[in-house]
Amino acid sequence: MSTFQDFPIRWGMVIDIDKCTGCGACVVACNKENNIAPQENQLQRIAGKGFPTRFKKIEWLTIYELTDGSDTAYLPRPCMQCGMPSCVSVCPAIATDKNENGGIVSQIYPRCFGCRYCMASCPYHARVFNWDQPVWPEGMEKQLTPHTSVRSRGVVEKCSFCHHRLMYAKDAARVAGEDPEKLPDGAYVPACGEVCPTGAITFGDVKNPEHAVYELVRSPYTFRLLERLGTDPQVYYMSKRAWVRLQGDNYLANEEAQAGEGGAHHG
Amino acid sequence: MPFFIGFVAILLVGWWWFPRVLFSVEQQPLRFSHLVHVDDAGMACEDCHYLNEDGSFSGLPSTESCAECHTEAMGEDPEEQRFIDEYVNEGKEVPWLIYQDQPDNVFFSHAAHAAQDCTTCHPDVGGSDTPPLHYRNKLTDYSNGGYRIVFGRGVGVDPAYSRGTMKMWECERCHAENGQSNACYVCHR
Repeated sequence: MSTFQDFPIRWGMVIDIDKCTGCGACVVACNKENNIAPQENQLQRIAGKGFPTRFKKIEWLTIYELTDGSDTAYLPRPCMQCGMPSCVSVCPAIATDKNENGGIVSQIYPRCFGCRYCMASCPYHARVFNWDQPVWPEGMEKQLTPHTSVRSRGVVEKCSFCHHRLMYAKDAARVAGEDPEKLPDGAYVPACGEVCPTGAITFGDVKNPEHAVYELVRSPYTFRLLERLGTDPQVYYMSKRAWVRLQGDNYLANEEAQAGEGGAHHG
Repeated sequence: MPFFIGFVAILLVGWWWFPRVLFSVEQQPLRFSHLVHVDDAGMACEDCHYLNEDGSFSGLPSTESCAECHTEAMGEDPEEQRFIDEYVNEGKEVPWLIYQDQPDNVFFSHAAHAAQDCTTCHPDVGGSDTPPLHYRNKLTDYSNGGYRIVFGRGVGVDPAYSRGTMKMWECERCHAENGQSNACYVCHR
């Protein structure tokens, strides 16, 4: 198994599931920020099937509903920007890579030829495929942002932690005469984190003690999705509810009591 | 002899005829003179091309900032009068042609390259009275970078680099030579 570099900066997102109301503002903000087109064709295909198919709607950030029968929780799922990304090692075109300080997994759309190995390998279903050429209803093309390039039919796309915002934050630091590699807490926050009305999404460098996420990832209530696969995600979840933490991974019956206590290993 | 004639003919086709067919030639919408602004008006480059406080780069001045001086004609030049009539009074931006326009998926930061000389990438137009012609590749829509092409090569271009809009290998080489990261997301978005 190939190993990936450990970078001095590790951009991480901490999502407090107990604060998330499932309102979907993060999804809308993400779609607008990253030029994701409304997808009539996909919606029709999904409606025709009546169940989720591989023709799923293109979303970089999807909200899942969790339930234990009586209680409900919502789990927003961006790309995990894994420390050991399974998508990168399977890509035959090096269209996706993890090679930049900060650890954000890149996706270069013109380089991708749509084989979708990365989608098959991603345990989080964070990647989506463009089955159709994106079509914006008349007038909506004026709302396209210059931040993210639009993707054509036939390529895979995924969340980039709004990487352009990191670039803008670095540029602002350069002009202000500060070190672009030592951004203060809050200088770089993805669109979903900025828009979240309940403040469920915290973002920062988990290796930097001056950032709020540094403390949060060390909380006993913090867990990561499918942690035991060894993908080392850079997205962390928090919940004081043991059943929510239990659903973050697959546990055998004899492991559940131990895992539910909290204090799951993280790093 | 037939070989020689054929040889010359093919060279002419490759060096002279084909570039002429491949590139369309456009003139800037206005004959903007850097010379007048720099020499006669004594303006500095940074008066129009500057970094904003938020880190973004203000490459082309807006009609509004031009109108700070040009509400009325300051000289005799008919082009200036045309600028005032067609753009200032109409409240329109000039659709300048960009010689070094990068595609949508490239993130270029002027702030990160502020220590470089502008003419490393851009044609040296600072002393020009007439802006260079804009050659556009009809197949790719890329500009040739504002250089005049003679015998298939741009005039005044460093032979180590290609003519035209900067290619990915040129960015990568300079990054490698200067010890900068060549990670994908350093330049792409």
